[in-house]
Amino acid sequence: MTRGRIFLLATAAVGFLLLYVPLLILVIYSFNASRLVSVWGGWSTHWYVELFRNQAVLNAAWISIQVAVVSATVGTALGTLAGYVLSRFGRFRLRLFFTGMATAPIVMPEVVTGLSLLLLFIAMEQVIGWPSGRGLLTIIIAHSTFCLAYVAVIVQARLTDFDRSIEEAAQDLGGRQPWIFFQITLPVIAPALISGWLLSFTLSFDDLVIASFVSGPGASTLPMLIFSKVRLGVSPDVNALGTLIMAVVALGVFAGAWQMRRADRIRRRDEQRAMRGDA
Amino acid sequence: MSETPDRSRIGKRLVIGIPMLWLLLFFLIPFAIVLKVSLSEGMIAQPPYGPILEWSEDSWLPAYVGSLFNYEWLLDDPLYITAYLNSIWMALVSTFFCLVIAYPMAYLIARSSPSTRTTLLMMVVLPFWTSSLLRIYALLGLLSPNGYINTVLMWSGLTSAPVQMLQTDFAVYLGIVFTYLPLMVLPLYATLEKLDESLLEASADLGASAVGTFWQVTLPLSGPGIAAGCLLVFIPAVGEYVIPALMGGPDQLMIGKVLYTEFFGNRDWPVASAVAIAMLAFLVIPFMMLRNSSALRGEV
Repeated sequence: MTRGRIFLLATAAVGFLLLYVPLLILVIYSFNASRLVSVWGGWSTHWYVELFRNQAVLNAAWISIQVAVVSATVGTALGTLAGYVLSRFGRFRLRLFFTGMATAPIVMPEVVTGLSLLLLFIAMEQVIGWPSGRGLLTIIIAHSTFCLAYVAVIVQARLTDFDRSIEEAAQDLGGRQPWIFFQITLPVIAPALISGWLLSFTLSFDDLVIASFVSGPGASTLPMLIFSKVRLGVSPDVNALGTLIMAVVALGVFAGAWQMRRADRIRRRDEQRAMRGDA
Repeated sequence: MSETPDRSRIGKRLVIGIPMLWLLLFFLIPFAIVLKVSLSEGMIAQPPYGPILEWSEDSWLPAYVGSLFNYEWLLDDPLYITAYLNSIWMALVSTFFCLVIAYPMAYLIARSSPSTRTTLLMMVVLPFWTSSLLRIYALLGLLSPNGYINTVLMWSGLTSAPVQMLQTDFAVYLGIVFTYLPLMVLPLYATLEKLDESLLEASADLGASAVGTFWQVTLPLSGPGIAAGCLLVFIPAVGEYVIPALMGGPDQLMIGKVLYTEFFGNRDWPVASAVAIAMLAFLVIPFMMLRNSSALRGEV
């Protein structure tokens, strides 16, 4: 092994250690029987039991799941339209304006987005009486907006990559526009929609700052609950919660990678068959 | 053509119109309201700010009563300017460390065999998909006075008292690097993976050392990835609230935290709005222009 290679491996290892050591310790200490964070008191699943008995945690988790599912779905629907406009509509009036608005939510500082949406909801309530108070609905509207932006970028990139001639062929064969979109464009960009939805779900599930601006007293999301728990001091049941969330994410990522490899293998086999001329 | 131009034009307008309307209502108009509130005076009322237009009986047009008072306030009090500069400085330093740590990772991933590559990529993506708040919490456990690092340090006899790591600038730097590292690795990997090997071979054939090839060929060619990664880390790091709030000291100033405190702590909505507008003017607008003009398209 050359010196350069050893240096590369060593420096890359530092990065991976930085990413994983804190998480690993969190997982190990989620099984700690002791109340004290740094004192090992033997293995136990005590904190998991505690977690599932904690009604506040369960409520907050349920609120977060609902918000994330609806926001990701609304964001994906709107973002797909926006991404389609960006990649397929060529020049139109207000194009630059549209592009700016569709991508700006990504780079906007969260505190600014949160503040501006809260002021909007308050002003709307004063003028038209809707939305009355803040809660699930206002969080969903706020989250859908930034999900829209992320999905638009993903869909635009995907549509730019994909060969337009297929759509043109369908048009030549007499297909009408909405039909072409649903029968041809949408299935082709489906993987982009799935990854956009998953990204949106994660971003919404993770958001603390925007949700704390636009939520009312009744709706506390999981990050809001964790934040207040962490502020009060380290509490061991958060370790258990973190471990559970990581387990779910790891399962999802593994399943995704496995599915991708399988699809890849099938495609390669089909290509080989086609080359050989089999049916 | 199978459809009448009229129908297709209506369809097209609808497809543009729906997302446009949503963004106007929930993205653009809110900023107009922030701008309006930033020009008004703070009041003890519900909501706690005054009007900027006043109707009187002797005129058809309302009189403008807003002022730049809140912006003068931002300029007069060194707290805000310090907070802006400090946020930019801390974001720059963290971005730099992120880049230094992420580059070897991305390089290693791009140069490994396809199966190792998938595993390593998954190892980068996994923390990215887990809750960032929980990851910060994990780091807190590591750094706290009675946390694992201090336990080990004291057990080994290196220190007799716990080392203060939380509530320092160091903790905030570490927190930002730890949270945003995947966002730096991914775009770097994307450009390094596309790098043409024959260029590296050519450089070696022409007598360049491995180090020379890296500085003269690899690094310049990975420019777009470096730029994209740095923007992805720098921009959110400047406005960061959670990390300085949980890991930084109480007197440590970052502009995101200042805005949050003005709004929720002092309930001074006009000043919070002015901070938001200044943040946009100084940060977001230059970066959006940069993003639209450079080779970053498609990278972010």
